[in-house]
Amino acid sequence: MATSTTPTGQETSGARPTIEVESVVIRFAGDSGDGMQLTGSEFTKASAVAGNDLSTLPDYPAEIRAPTGTLFGVSGFQLQFASHEVFTPGDQPDVLVAMNPAALKTNLPDLVSGGSIIVNTAAFTKPNLTKAKYGSNPIEDGSLEGYQVFPVDISGLTKECLKDTDLNAKSIDRCKNYFALGMTFWMFNRPVDTALKSISQKFAKKRPELADANIAVFKAGYHYGETAEIFTQSIEVKRAEIAPGRYRNIMGNSATAIGLVTGAALAEVPLVYAGYPITPASTILHELSRYRGYGTTTLQVEDEIAAAGAAIGASFGGAMGVTASSGPGIALKAEAMGLAVSLELPLVVVNVQRGGPSTGLPTKTEQSDLLQMIYGRNGESPVAVLAARTPSDCFHCAIEAVRIAIKYMTPVVLMTDGYLANGAEPWRIPKVEDFAPFPARFRTDPAGFFPYMRDEKTLARAWVKPGTPGLAHRVGGLEKDALTGNVSYDPDNHQKMCELRRDKILRIRQEMDAVEVNGEREGDVLVVGWGSTYGAITKAVNELRNGGTKVSHAHIRWLNPLPPDLGELLKGFRRVLVPEMNLGQLVRLLRSEYLVDAVPLNKIQGKPFKVSEVTAAIQALLAN
Amino acid sequence: MGSEIKLKKKDFQSDQDVRWCPGCGDYSILAQVQKTFAELEVNRDETVIISGIGCSSRFPYYMTTYGMHSIHGRAPTFATGLKVSRPDLNVWVITGDGDSLSIGGNHLIHAMRRNVDLKILLFNNRIYGLTKGQYSPTSEPGKRTPSTPLGSIDNPFDPINVVLGAGATFVARAIDTDTKHLQEMLKRAANHKGTAIIEIYQNCNVFNDGAFVQITSKDVRDDQQVRLEHGQPMVFAGGAKGIRFSGLGTPEVVEVGDGDGQVPLDQVAKHDETLQSPAYAFALAQLKYPDFPTPVGVFRAVDRPTYDEAVNTQTRQAVEATPKRDLASLWNQGEIWDAK
Repeated sequence: MATSTTPTGQETSGARPTIEVESVVIRFAGDSGDGMQLTGSEFTKASAVAGNDLSTLPDYPAEIRAPTGTLFGVSGFQLQFASHEVFTPGDQPDVLVAMNPAALKTNLPDLVSGGSIIVNTAAFTKPNLTKAKYGSNPIEDGSLEGYQVFPVDISGLTKECLKDTDLNAKSIDRCKNYFALGMTFWMFNRPVDTALKSISQKFAKKRPELADANIAVFKAGYHYGETAEIFTQSIEVKRAEIAPGRYRNIMGNSATAIGLVTGAALAEVPLVYAGYPITPASTILHELSRYRGYGTTTLQVEDEIAAAGAAIGASFGGAMGVTASSGPGIALKAEAMGLAVSLELPLVVVNVQRGGPSTGLPTKTEQSDLLQMIYGRNGESPVAVLAARTPSDCFHCAIEAVRIAIKYMTPVVLMTDGYLANGAEPWRIPKVEDFAPFPARFRTDPAGFFPYMRDEKTLARAWVKPGTPGLAHRVGGLEKDALTGNVSYDPDNHQKMCELRRDKILRIRQEMDAVEVNGEREGDVLVVGWGSTYGAITKAVNELRNGGTKVSHAHIRWLNPLPPDLGELLKGFRRVLVPEMNLGQLVRLLRSEYLVDAVPLNKIQGKPFKVSEVTAAIQALLAN
Repeated sequence: MGSEIKLKKKDFQSDQDVRWCPGCGDYSILAQVQKTFAELEVNRDETVIISGIGCSSRFPYYMTTYGMHSIHGRAPTFATGLKVSRPDLNVWVITGDGDSLSIGGNHLIHAMRRNVDLKILLFNNRIYGLTKGQYSPTSEPGKRTPSTPLGSIDNPFDPINVVLGAGATFVARAIDTDTKHLQEMLKRAANHKGTAIIEIYQNCNVFNDGAFVQITSKDVRDDQQVRLEHGQPMVFAGGAKGIRFSGLGTPEVVEVGDGDGQVPLDQVAKHDETLQSPAYAFALAQLKYPDFPTPVGVFRAVDRPTYDEAVNTQTRQAVEATPKRDLASLWNQGEIWDAK
């Protein structure tokens, strides 16, 4: 965004001419083997430590190492860091680091006009230009006029820096991303120590010689920025005024994993997680596997179905069974989830959504599984569904999913997506005393016990651990008698059980507070969102409200059941806009549930909304 | 159960009406399991029976233990999750040839390779009964059924071959009507640490009557079955015939005796269920009607660490190596900074 780099201060005096801006959007782009994700992560860490608020957007191809130099092999990492609150990774980069012609070609259209481009000139060879479908070298032919171009022979300078080492040419070339990182550290005055520490930690154990090389190259890049005089000034983004406290960076999948461990601890039951590798959910399994020391059991099983089965088996035994996947894997779990509905056992299923249908866009984000999660099983098979809105919100939603699953003896689906899963933000580490434990209660009294007798308030049946004397009972997927749990084909009993299972999910409404609204509870436009569109909608609505527009924003956490006061809230607005990264799923629910003429705003490009897209849609709605 | 109260078969019979077809082999298997559990003084409250889908999978409803009638082919997955999280429980799996070898083939082989401490009873009737008589993955080629009116054309699985290939540590075969032997096999399985699987030849008198009659009927069984007994020579037909392995594990049927053309008893193969290599058990599994008598008994019984134990050992060690396990230490990881 052009406005975000508007200078707010004068040049400061001293050796380093510095210009101060409120926020910067930077994108690192290169081959998928160029280490762009790593470079972006290092920059993110340092920006967090520098006290900026930030939001990130990794964007990489599904191929692990796509052929070098190709347009489809470009991997990017975008980051917005600011001295104010940040809601999105930014609509348009102000700065683009392009490691080769393909990276320049694919990312240039996104760059803000007049933006800065750092290019690795060494990669602009004839073959690479041809692969990127450039007729002539864009650095030389004037086609980058209107941008501030910083041509740097990054590969050559890296080679020069490491010429006295024993590393071979290939290893040396692979250090070049740290040169680029060093330059950007100088350019944006990032704390160097953070990166040095992180690089040595990363390589120290396995290949200490690479730690030394990367540190040398990083420093060379930094000093190059300082002495080469191609950057006339460095740019300062002051600390953001964020709530005091202790912070760490967190990515969505890490937050989900930590939330699950926390939820099980608060419920005082063991956590058993079963998973099968799938992008972009795998890192939940990786992260949880690091927490075995907290008593967490993690199992990588033979397929998605087995993962759901093992989780349900663990829940039957009195543990909190959890599985996670993405759309295609969730489709395979559907039958097992239906069984959990019938057995009425706690189960948490995390869906880290990606582009569909079928294999779709494995590494890109989307919100197109909402109806799959609510309806995608045979029979009347209701489950609770909630969605996280930011990377750190995954933590709170995971705890809530565990709590509700146990309290209502039901599968709970936690929906996140690729954007949240891999996106990072600073997270104020909560205080333990802010979390009240919710210990699971197991029935041990055999007197008057029937497996399907229910709690009056929640309609949940009792959780009984096998091994409890006198309470042996059988459960299964055949329809059960509403009290005894014995197999029943009775017509009235089936209707009763279907209604009971529905009503039990509806009872979860009693857990919900009034829907939070950003703005007035009535007005011209209410924007209703869910999941990861939170940042873009919030920013768009805030901007319009500052300009006097009567627009409000409600972000729905519970998708099934919907909040009890949502219908009333919708009635207070002339128009309702529902932005979603799909072809209109929540909007369909709202229209059918509340008979409201809600208007969809759909984007299904594997990318999150830009703020400007939401703004434009709100304005268009107001205009007619 | 305390030892002073002697358990009986009926202590394992639930109050639910058994709904298998009259004459079904499942009745006998259910009765032998109930009898054996009573004899072994199995604690009902510490036992869980998990089944998939199919006729046999109604089994848990008829027992007084904890039970779960799950979904088609997936019983081993629920059982694995349960056993790993609750190693204190006895977990049994009831499955059929369609359930375990067709829709659930993947889970069966992975249970074997992991060696989860589960007892799996595979009711093999070589037919889909509950869906009214389609051919199954163990049906003989040429099977005419509603789905294969011209005869089935695919080669069947032999369950014993499959599980041996997947690394099973306890493999046995029994017959529904041979009640004493079945009880003995159930006891052996119950006492095995690790995945124990028993293939039980089970007659479906409605859709595949007499599937095993050529080896199980009274008049032929002595000639058509060879009992596998550890350390004993593999003889049958009242001791008149035996199995000898020659060359590269090629089996042959020999006349046993000291006469002309006969083979002395000490040249007859002596059964050894404890061999680490599965090659010998696999060779036994190739003995098939009509060229050979069908082996019945324990093919293989070896020790290997169980998956559930290994998982829990890992967890215990990880816990011991993590002195601070409170929530604050869980959250305060990675790069941390303070904002004032």
